[in-house]
Parts: sequence; structure tokens; C-alpha cells
Amino acid sequence: MNKKSICLYFQVHQPTRLRLYRFFDIGKDSHYYDDFGNRTNIRRAIQECYLPMNAILLEQLKAKKGAYKVAFSIAGSTLEMFERYAPEVIDSFRALADTGQVEFLCETYYHSLASLASQAEFKHQVVKQRDKIEELFGVKPVTFRNTELIYSDSIGAAVYDMGFKTMLTEGAKHILGWKSPDYVYSCAAQPKLNVLMRNWSLSNDIAVRFSHTDWDVWPLTAEKYVEWLRGAEGDIVNLFLDYEAFGIFHPASSGIFDFMRALPDAVLADGTMQFVTPAEAVKNHKSVGPVEVEDAISWSNVESDMTVYLGNELQQDAFNKLYGLTEKLSILGDPVLWADFGHLQESANFYYMGTQFFSDGMPRKFANQYETPYEAFINYMNILSDFIIRVNDAMAVRNER
Amino acid sequence: MRVLMFGWEFPPHIAGGLGTACEGIVKGLAHNGVETLFVMPSASGDEDQSATTILNASDVEVRNVSSTVEEFINKTKYVYVDSSLVPYVDPEEYFSAIEEMKREGRLETTVGFGQKFKFSGKYGATLMEEVARYAQVGGTIAMQYVDRFDVIHAHDWLTYLAGIAAKELTGKPLVVHVHATSYDRGDEKHIDTRVLDIETRGMQAADRVVTVSDLTRNIVINRYHIDPAKVVTVHNAVDFSGRENLQVERGVRDKVVTFLGRITFQKGPEYFIEAAAKVLKRTKGVRFVMAGSGDMMNRAIRQVARLGISDRFHFTGFLRGADVQKMFALSDVYIMPSVSEPFGISPLEAMRTGVPSIISHQSGAAEVLKYAFKVDFWDVDAMADDIYALLQYPVLSQFAAKKGFDEVNELKWNNATAKLKKVYESLI
Repeated sequence: MNKKSICLYFQVHQPTRLRLYRFFDIGKDSHYYDDFGNRTNIRRAIQECYLPMNAILLEQLKAKKGAYKVAFSIAGSTLEMFERYAPEVIDSFRALADTGQVEFLCETYYHSLASLASQAEFKHQVVKQRDKIEELFGVKPVTFRNTELIYSDSIGAAVYDMGFKTMLTEGAKHILGWKSPDYVYSCAAQPKLNVLMRNWSLSNDIAVRFSHTDWDVWPLTAEKYVEWLRGAEGDIVNLFLDYEAFGIFHPASSGIFDFMRALPDAVLADGTMQFVTPAEAVKNHKSVGPVEVEDAISWSNVESDMTVYLGNELQQDAFNKLYGLTEKLSILGDPVLWADFGHLQESANFYYMGTQFFSDGMPRKFANQYETPYEAFINYMNILSDFIIRVNDAMAVRNER
Repeated sequence: MRVLMFGWEFPPHIAGGLGTACEGIVKGLAHNGVETLFVMPSASGDEDQSATTILNASDVEVRNVSSTVEEFINKTKYVYVDSSLVPYVDPEEYFSAIEEMKREGRLETTVGFGQKFKFSGKYGATLMEEVARYAQVGGTIAMQYVDRFDVIHAHDWLTYLAGIAAKELTGKPLVVHVHATSYDRGDEKHIDTRVLDIETRGMQAADRVVTVSDLTRNIVINRYHIDPAKVVTVHNAVDFSGRENLQVERGVRDKVVTFLGRITFQKGPEYFIEAAAKVLKRTKGVRFVMAGSGDMMNRAIRQVARLGISDRFHFTGFLRGADVQKMFALSDVYIMPSVSEPFGISPLEAMRTGVPSIISHQSGAAEVLKYAFKVDFWDVDAMADDIYALLQYPVLSQFAAKKGFDEVNELKWNNATAKLKKVYESLI
């Protein structure tokens, strides 16, 4: 009998914060980023999370030799900030890559929603990200995870056409129904693409609930957790987690690092389970059938849909205005404009405009510098207004030639 | 549950927002099964009494103590004579007299000594006298109706003495309702210490102090040094029933940004003017309107002229009645940059008219309006940015108008007074 596969994948992400940009700045100042805030944010994240957690992983990967494996995805925009503000963390990830037990996945370079807007821009960013990963970590990614695990049949087919064999997404309840996320599925529009679905319940036990002291099973131990893993009935358990869970969402004092240090031993000691990377998972387990996803799903909210990004009029308007520029950008082919275009596409920009922030009690995924969605929208639109002026000026210059 | 409520005014004849709030409160309480006896200094008879019984203090015969309490009579006889002949009698004296009577156990020795006093119910020069007299009448009414209420509720400092007198004489619990404080009315150097004193007395004597916002609650706790345990916030609501949508024709094609309120220090008019100048540097298709009057109006006009924006910045003077509604209907953005505002009902009116509103964090309304734009009153850059965005990004103003309209329609007195009812219940 095949051993049950445990597929651990970590999403590393820090959005590029935009600076406070008043309407007086439009047409006068085209620097859009809060450099100080970004630096502070990155420095804090590497101290609290990336460096300590990478150290634990490295220690465990080496100790378990080939038996322990994990996967990572880090968007190019975040890697750029690492290079600028914390190059040591790149070395740290590289050390993990060098064990050969870590798979680096591909995503969109700017952690964007491009897959919902423009095929061309989506592909542009996927290619850029693939090159970046290869450049930094020396491996060419074969598995794809889209921003926020956004997935639909058509996105799956497009991803396969870009050369990927496997794609990750959320085990959305309304899609799976009675079916279990704990099997390998295939894309309904492209049967050759394998689809791995996140076990949200077991993933959130670690990512969300771990430090909740009022949780009835708190504190969670590796032994207890392994029992739950054993209880899962399928071939594979996909644990897809925000890496910031380790040390930021759950502070070190919660015991999260000790838990992660103990987990590999506990899983391997059980004898019925093995760690796999996504690329290995699809070699070990054949697809049990297609999964049909007509409207895009994601791991962002309880409904697993796009509402936190594109649920209200403000978000949709900003999104449409931004992607209305796509064709001009590709005509211009200007790398400076294209880089700003990319950062303006980062999903967090739209997330901050979400109506959920009008009500209290919503867990905040990223540190949010805006007090209200209005502020987020106004700041963003002021910047976008400046950017549109620059694009149009560049087009005018080009047309004169 | 029955409440003896002391107010100062009640629609339709009102000078400020207090009367409107009182009407909302008695109606909401009626909805929650709470009966109210509403006492006011000078009722006209055309008040809507469907939700409450209105007692006109001017109609009440003051039952007073007999001549055996010579001293008390001497100190309080002004109640019975024409106001122009009466010297100002300090509420302090009145209270020490009451205290003394209680101590000596002479309070029961009352005889009928019927006299009426005609209250003006206005906020005029004789206000202090009226406040003191109102207290006297209030005590009398409380004794007359002693079997018909469980709790006493007094609105703002004008009625606190009446509330205290009623409590002293009947022993029933007192709730004072703080709609505004001296600290909101002017800068600290010009605070009327007599008013401050009555406010402090009222809050100290009260079993519960109800504030219209957490902002005001903090003032009550920190400036009046009232025990936080007895201070409860019940946010104001607004009653839009019977409101018709006004259709107005615009004379100008430009967008209109409106400030509507008294042009006084605490309403922050100069910040609005500064923000207007910043917006006008960038865009021309907009006009700014300052509607209202007040002691800073001339200064405001000079400031506008100095900034060179007089062609785009207009003063309407004081607006009343339908003109207020019309002003809202003509506006694209409403702004309330108050330096200190216990609550501030006007943005609710604006949002109800479908006008997106920018309000200061220093207003109580900011605590309940999720869909208003909020800035610090001094942050003219942020204010200008919000104004510009609302003019420039149509989807934003549409969104804010729609959400704001829905939001203010949900702020109902029925909910606010349910909370008030709980306050009463905790006292008996």
C-alpha cells in the first residue's frame, strides 16, 4: 500500500506598500512606494519569521535527509524587497534550496490578479517569475500556484499551456461538495493538468487556530495533529500555509516553532505517512477525476471566491482602470513603466479596498496601513491617475516619432 | 417602566438639535414600551403628543412650602413675581435652601400656594433665572406625579437642576443625558463657570450619566471627573419618517462642496477654507459653500479673500427650514470639520440626501458612521484629498452615497432607546 502523502507548501509574501500619495502629487511626483515602511516591514518579518523558521526547516531537512520535504512560493515583488532590504534572507532560502528537498513553485511575479484580467499580462508575469526563481535558486519551477490560489478551469488550461504539470488551489467546499480534497484531481478543461486541493480544515488548524487559547483542543501538539492527519481518508493531505503564520500571526511565544520542529518526527514516526513536494505528489498518486471550476475560486475567505478582492464597486473600478492600460504597456515596452504597472497590480492594493474592512472583526491578512477602504481607494486612484498620465505622455511621444 | 423627563424644547418650536433628539427619544421609548411624562418650560400645545404626555411647566401651580420656612421663601420668592423685577438668584442658594429644609425635616409642611410662572423657554439673557425656576417647578411636578414614574431623566444642563430637585424630593433615581458639554461650546478661557457648575452638579447627583458618544463620555470622565462606571454611551439616532425627497434645479454646472452649521470656533470653519484653497489649486470645476452664521463669519470671509478664492467660495448666511434641505440637495460633498462635536446630526441628514460626507474624527458621529469619510479636523491635506477624490472618482461618490444612505436609515431611535431602557432598568 502506498503511504499517505503529506504535502507542505508555504506561501511567502509581503506586499509592496504604497506611500501616502495626495492629489497634489499627481503629475509631479512619480515615486509611489513607502520605502521606509517597506524596509521596516521586511526587516521585522525576517527577524520574527523568515530567518528563525528557515533555520528550523534547514535543521530538520538535514536531520531527516530525504524524508522531509517542503515547497515554497515567493513572488518576485517580495524577492525584490528581500534583495534590497534583507539579502541575507535570500541566502537563507538558497540554503534550503540546496538541500534538494525543497520545491520552488511559480506564481505571478507581482502577486497579482492578472489571471482574471489579461492572458497576455498573466503570461508576462509568469515567465518573469519563472526566470527569477531559476536565477536565484537554480531550479526551473514545474508546479504553479496562482495568487491567493486563484483557480478556474480556464486559468488551469492557460497554466498548462505555459508548461506546468500541476497547479495548487483551495479545496473550496462549494466546488468539492461531498468530495474530499485529499486526492489528486485534474483540470476539467485540460485533463493533463493535475490539481492539488488544499485541505482547509487541517491547514487552518495550524495557520489560523494554533494560538487561539479558547480553541477547545488548544494547545495543539505534533502528536495530536498527526492523529488528525492519520484520520484523513484520502491519498494526500495538502497543507498550504501562509509562511507568516510562523512567528508573525502566531508569535514565537505561542510555541509554533517548537510545533514545527516536532512535526516531521511525529509524522515519520507514524510509519504510514511520507512527505512529498507537489511535483512528487502527482507522480505518487494518479488523478481520481476532473474537478469543475467555472467561476474563479481562491483561499481568501470563507466563501473561497473573489469578493475580498473584487467584491465592491471601488475595487472593480480600480481594477478595470488599471487593466485598461495593458495594451498600451505592451506597445510601449518600457521597463520602468512596466515595473510600476506590476506593483500597482499587487493583490493587496485591492484587498485594502475591501468592504470587509467596513465591519469589525475581520482578520487582517496583511498589516493594513489604511484606516478605511476609502483611504485605500483614494490613495491608489491618486497614484493610478499619475501613472495614467505617464503612460499617455509616453504614448504621445511615441506617436510623434 | 415610566419616566419623568425634563426637556427644554420639543418640536415643532425648536432652536437647536436638543428638541429633535428628545422627540426621537420619547417616540423610541414608547416603541419599547416605556411611558414618558415630558416636562418642558413652555409648551405651545401643537407638539405631537402621540408618544408622550407633555407637561407645560408654565401651567403648573407651584406648591410651595408654608410660611414656616421663612428663609426658604425669602430665597425663592422670585418664582412668584414678574421676572423683570427679580434679581438673579443663584441656583446654589436654591439648593442650599432645599438641603436645609430636608435636614430640618420641614419639606412635608407644604400648603397650597398656587402661582404660575410664564417661562419663555428661550435661550436668552434671563436663562439662568429660568433654569432655577424650572428646577422649582420641576420639583413640584415630581411631587404631584410621584406615583406616575419610576425614573427621572433630564436632558442637558438646563434641566439638570429640575432633575436634581425631583430626585431630592421623591428619592427616585436620576439619569442625566449629556448632549453637549461646556468644553464643546467654546474654548476653555471663555467657559461660563455657572453652567459648568450646574453640569457638574447634575452629573454628580445622577445615578447614571448618558452621553451621546464615547467622545463625550471621555469628556465627562476626564473633565468632570465622573466615575466611569456610571457613564454610559447611547449614540444618537435620527428619525427620517415623513421625509420627502426634494428635487432641486441647479444653477451652476460645477460640483458643490458644503459646510453647514454655525460659523464658530468649534465647528472648524477655517480648516474647511484651507482645504478648499488646496483643492482649487488643482481643479476648477468646483464651488465651496459655507452655510450658516456665527461669530467667526467675518473672519472666514477675510480668510477666503486673502486666499484669493472668493469667486469660488460662497457664503449663504443663516439657512432655515426648507432651505437647509435644499442646500443638502444641491451639494455633492458635505463636510463637518468640527474641532469638538458631541455627536453632530448634520452629516446624517446629508447622507440621507445621498450626499457623501467628510467628518472629523473629533465628532461623535464618526463613531457610528462607517461610510462617512473621516479625517482629523486639523489635517487639511487629508480633507482636501478626500474632497478631490469625491469630485474626481465618480465610483467613489456613488458608492459612498449609496452605502451612506442605507447606513443612516438604519440608525433608529428604537435601537438607541432600547439601550436607554436597559439603563433605566439597571436603576430600579
